[in-house]
Amino acid sequence: MTGQLPVLQVAAPLLCAPLCVLLRSRTVAWLLFLVASLASLTCAALLAVRVDRSGTLRYAMGDWQAPYGIEFVVNGFNTPVLLLVSLSAVVVAVYSRRSVAGELAPRRVPLLYACLCLTLAGLLGLAITGDVFNAFVFLEISSLSTYTLIAMGRRRQALLAAFRYLVIGSVGAVFVLIGIGLAYAVTGTLNMGDLAQRVTGGHDNRSLQAAVVLVFVGLAVKMAVFPLHAWLPAAYAEAPSAVSTFIAATGTKVAIYVFCRFAFTVFGATLVFGAMPVGRIGLLLAALGILLGSAAACFQDDLRYLLAWSSVAQVGYIVAGVSLATTAGVSAAYLHMIMHSVTKAALFATAGLLLLRLGTVRLAALAGVGRRMPWTFAAFVVAGLGLVGVPPTAGFVSKWALVTALVEQGQWLVLAAMLSGSLLAVFYVGRVVEVAWFREPTADAEPAAAPASMVTAIWFLVLLSVSFGFDASLPAHLADAAASALLGNGGG
Amino acid sequence: MTSPALLLMFGATGVPLARGMPRRALVLLLPVAGLLMLWLSPEGDSAGFALFGLELIPVRIDALSRLFATGFLIAALLTSIYALHMRDPLQQAIVLIYAGTAVGGTLAGDLVTLFVFWELAGLSSAFLIWAGRTERGYRAGMRYLIAQLISGLLMLAGIALRVQAGEGLEFGYLGLDGPGDALILLAVGIKCAFPLLHAWLIDTYPEATIVGAVALSAFTTKLAIYVLARGFPGTDLLIWVGVAMTVFPIFYAVIENDLRRVLAYSMINQLGFMVAGVGIGGALGINGASAHAVADMVFKSLLFMAMGAVLLRTGTVKGSELGGLYKSMPQTAALCMVGAASISAFPLFSGFATKSLIMEAVAQEHLTVVWLLLLFASAGVFHHAGIKIPYFAFFAHDRGHRVAEAPLNMRVAMAMAALICVGIGTAPNLMYELLPHAMHYAPYTTPHVINQLQLLLLASMAFTMLVRTGLYPPEIRSVNLDADVVYRRMLPRTWGALSRTVPRLRRELGPPIHHLAANLWSATTRPLRPDAKPASPWPTHSMVWWAVIMLGTVLLLTLL
Repeated sequence: MTGQLPVLQVAAPLLCAPLCVLLRSRTVAWLLFLVASLASLTCAALLAVRVDRSGTLRYAMGDWQAPYGIEFVVNGFNTPVLLLVSLSAVVVAVYSRRSVAGELAPRRVPLLYACLCLTLAGLLGLAITGDVFNAFVFLEISSLSTYTLIAMGRRRQALLAAFRYLVIGSVGAVFVLIGIGLAYAVTGTLNMGDLAQRVTGGHDNRSLQAAVVLVFVGLAVKMAVFPLHAWLPAAYAEAPSAVSTFIAATGTKVAIYVFCRFAFTVFGATLVFGAMPVGRIGLLLAALGILLGSAAACFQDDLRYLLAWSSVAQVGYIVAGVSLATTAGVSAAYLHMIMHSVTKAALFATAGLLLLRLGTVRLAALAGVGRRMPWTFAAFVVAGLGLVGVPPTAGFVSKWALVTALVEQGQWLVLAAMLSGSLLAVFYVGRVVEVAWFREPTADAEPAAAPASMVTAIWFLVLLSVSFGFDASLPAHLADAAASALLGNGGG
Repeated sequence: MTSPALLLMFGATGVPLARGMPRRALVLLLPVAGLLMLWLSPEGDSAGFALFGLELIPVRIDALSRLFATGFLIAALLTSIYALHMRDPLQQAIVLIYAGTAVGGTLAGDLVTLFVFWELAGLSSAFLIWAGRTERGYRAGMRYLIAQLISGLLMLAGIALRVQAGEGLEFGYLGLDGPGDALILLAVGIKCAFPLLHAWLIDTYPEATIVGAVALSAFTTKLAIYVLARGFPGTDLLIWVGVAMTVFPIFYAVIENDLRRVLAYSMINQLGFMVAGVGIGGALGINGASAHAVADMVFKSLLFMAMGAVLLRTGTVKGSELGGLYKSMPQTAALCMVGAASISAFPLFSGFATKSLIMEAVAQEHLTVVWLLLLFASAGVFHHAGIKIPYFAFFAHDRGHRVAEAPLNMRVAMAMAALICVGIGTAPNLMYELLPHAMHYAPYTTPHVINQLQLLLLASMAFTMLVRTGLYPPEIRSVNLDADVVYRRMLPRTWGALSRTVPRLRRELGPPIHHLAANLWSATTRPLRPDAKPASPWPTHSMVWWAVIMLGTVLLLTLL
């Protein structure tokens, strides 16, 4: 049984998806999603423990041995991602019950859970697979289901946002596919480990370099790296609350993981960061993204757009860490991935709760809301402090690691951009706090009490963030293991 | 703690409380009691006490400090007598407090005590300028106070640096080794009217009240001389500073019309002799400087008293408005001439006995140029202080002033001062006994006396010839440019110009700049607002364009 864990990890949510549609019951669909996410969390935890004990796990699909068959690989570099994605799914499952009921027409609810299951399966598959074409397939599974999820948003803008994301996401996916095709043409293999071996020595091969560029630009769309970030704000802000919480926590992070996987363990750091200027371009775009994202967040008048722009900036932080291509940098990037995922999920969940209660999250409508919903808003403030990077929140730990990594490499300009980004974060978080706590409420109608399940989910994320701030040994251990697995080229 | 300084200062606070005879008695008794206390106290340090971890010695009596303190107390007594007629208890009290600070500074055994009295001296004496209660006097007093406070701050900084360097607080020989010592010398230099630092003295002394000018002439600058003699004896730099101080005021004094200002210049000249004496150092130099300082306290007070009496009776001390006063104020005229003879170092008067020590010290060091310059300055001082002051005030053209003789108490004070001048002049050995270093010096030798008389005669001949031939600079109302123009005219003008320009600039450029800044702000933040590119949702085609541009750029960068 335990030998089948890697495939169960993906299969559980994948199987639940059609069941959700077939059974057509809201409660059953929700239960299925909950069970699927709990199952994948269990699998991820078991796999993480086993990898920690005995190193790389390989699973040959249908017993077709690699490099001919499809292979799942579990190693230090993807256990954090598996854990992160499945944990987010569990939290979202708890959160979504009341949230979805409040936002969607009842007949659509089973479809939403089906798509959530598919997205979960796609993201987990993307994280676990050891085959480049299989990665593309999972990328498409997760992307297509995400487009659908976004389109379920309650405003008409959601459709437009989903359509735009669909177009640009498909263009990105095509780039990735062309890149994979080129790489296949050069090397004749699709298995990641096999590719890595055959790529060695072919650094001057123009086709291979073009393959690298195509894959990375395609992934950059999914990662929302500036200036390919434009789909993100509307997509995050218009999606149903549960969906935006889920994709804000996982979507870009998994894409960044795939980027790392390709950069370090498929094409190899010597080709990507040595022979090609990917590192420098990455740092430049990261710095620009941090500045522009933070600055744009300062001027937003809708809470969810504000959070989405902040995500653009946060992707910049992570990309900066990866682009350094040092152990410290990659470890810091992983750490920030985990910390930001928890923090931003908490923030979007809070925004969703406010949306449910107030009907809008425009800043003007939030006046005095902190006094009416003190517990909900206290969670927002704590998570917001994490976004700024105030000790002792999770954001501080990861930003500190990033600063150390940048200083180690002497990247002063990026460091300056990062510090300015943090200052701007003080501003945009402070703006929300100012509006919510210090402005007089416009209407004195007492809102109904927040649903306990949603509040539980929010506070679970907030407390997780704070506990990581006090004791970061678990995420730090995961991040270090991931960085050493990637840079040690041990995955294959 | 037995300190004459505290006796004077605390006693003086009782002056405004008393009236009539008790007040006069108190005013006169305090300096006398101070003198008694000073001379009954044994030599040596008083018990020290610790303050903030610093060991302080508030009273130290040795030959040098006792000599200066005696001089200050005598000057305080003379000034008090001179001020007896006044109905202004404030000035009487302040004179005593001021004298007390000078005595306290002199007796200070450590630098902190010195600093405290140094500042108090500046602060208390400023009231003597303000006591005139005129707008002009108020402004002069502020300028004076600022100079004094700057001096105090420099000294405090110097002391702090010394303490930091681990040199302790003891007030002994300071030298010029560290940065702290240089600051202290600069602080002393301000009070001592070193060239270019002297402007405050010329500027403010003539603005003081009648009594105030007498008191000011005695204490502040002599306290500075004492600090020099204690802390910087034998510093070569001071010789040349002193020479410059003796020479440059002569020219100003000749053309100056205000006779009290002439006296202020002559004071710098006399201080120059003392500074030069300190610079020479050694037994003779220090003896000369301190003896001359004490003699100067008396004869300079006498001259200021005489001018004060003239001011009191006629209402002016302008050379152009005075003359022929010997008919109305014969006693004052006679006493003034005693003072003039003393400052000019006529034989038998005090200046001769004390200045000779400095000249002898210079001669023994074979500093010919210095000696000649000092000789020239001696002739100059005779000319402007010895002849010009009495001549223009009491003789020259009779301007028709018919006034009463000076009040009795003034005449008594002047007579006592004159007596001391003649006493020191005729029996110099009494004075020499008190000097800090033992020495054998006889001023009345034939060559010395003849030399001095020659000098004086020729100088008076020159004055006579110039006046007779009409070549002497006429006594006209004028303003003579001195270093004080820097802060009295240039700095205020500059400030005035700036303060006019800045509001105008703000008025004329402010709105456009504000407008421009607002436009710039909205232009730069416009793209970041949710309703404008690029922060608004992008159209699909531009997203794809950007993806293609990115791909193309990265491909180019990679493959080229």
